[in-house]
Amino acid sequence: MSTFSTFDIAGSALSAQSLRLNLTASNLANMHDVAGDPAAVYRPRQAVFRASGQPFGDVLAGVDVLGVVESTTPPIERYDPGNPQANAQGMVYASSVNPMEEMANMISASRSYQNNLEVINTAKQLLQRTLMLGQA
Amino acid sequence: MDSILGIHEAALLYRARRMDVIAANLANADTPNYLARDLEFAGTLDSTFAAATRLKATDPRHIAPGPVTQSNELKYRVPHQPSLDGNTVETDLELARYAENAVSYQASLMFAGSRISTLRAAITGGR
Repeated sequence: MSTFSTFDIAGSALSAQSLRLNLTASNLANMHDVAGDPAAVYRPRQAVFRASGQPFGDVLAGVDVLGVVESTTPPIERYDPGNPQANAQGMVYASSVNPMEEMANMISASRSYQNNLEVINTAKQLLQRTLMLGQA
Repeated sequence: MDSILGIHEAALLYRARRMDVIAANLANADTPNYLARDLEFAGTLDSTFAAATRLKATDPRHIAPGPVTQSNELKYRVPHQPSLDGNTVETDLELARYAENAVSYQASLMFAGSRISTLRAAITGGR
């Protein structure tokens, strides 16, 4: 029965959105990360979504996480000789996490998660009523 | 249309399928280049009745009736506000359609249920 695919589709979206939320949490947690080497500092990560399967014809698609990409924005260079992480020139490199961007991303991910949860709940209720069909 | 539940059976199948389609749209609300799709009610209704309303070739000299139009396939949605990443899902509209579809599903379920209780009353003689 096709109705059960609602749970697969919305479930794939739940897992994708929760990964996105986790990445936002990771980005915000490492917002103040500094290092003496620009290659060693934390770079913000984002999930890349893709419709799973071939969404053509009659086939419906859930969401796949294609991968997690690291931002190519260069770390912020700062002169801070007192910092224990500073290199020989007294420079530190701070991670380029943009808190505003992350918060907007977090709200978007949380709304999408809620929507998909709502879809699952409604589908569950409808199926339960269908199972009760004919029982006076 | 000779099943006990009549058209409500087809209606329930249509609503269940549409629920999946809208769920797929909502699931892909943040997927770049995803194109939202939907079923067309009129098309589904036509193809449900197509068998009944089809021309019958009762004589070999009759022109063979054409194939039944398959209009119950998925159609792409035209977005009111296209977005930059090529995604055409409008979440709030999809949610509204999902709710409407769920209510219609329940209505069909009620009709089917009352059909069953009518039959049961007939079988038991109202006792």
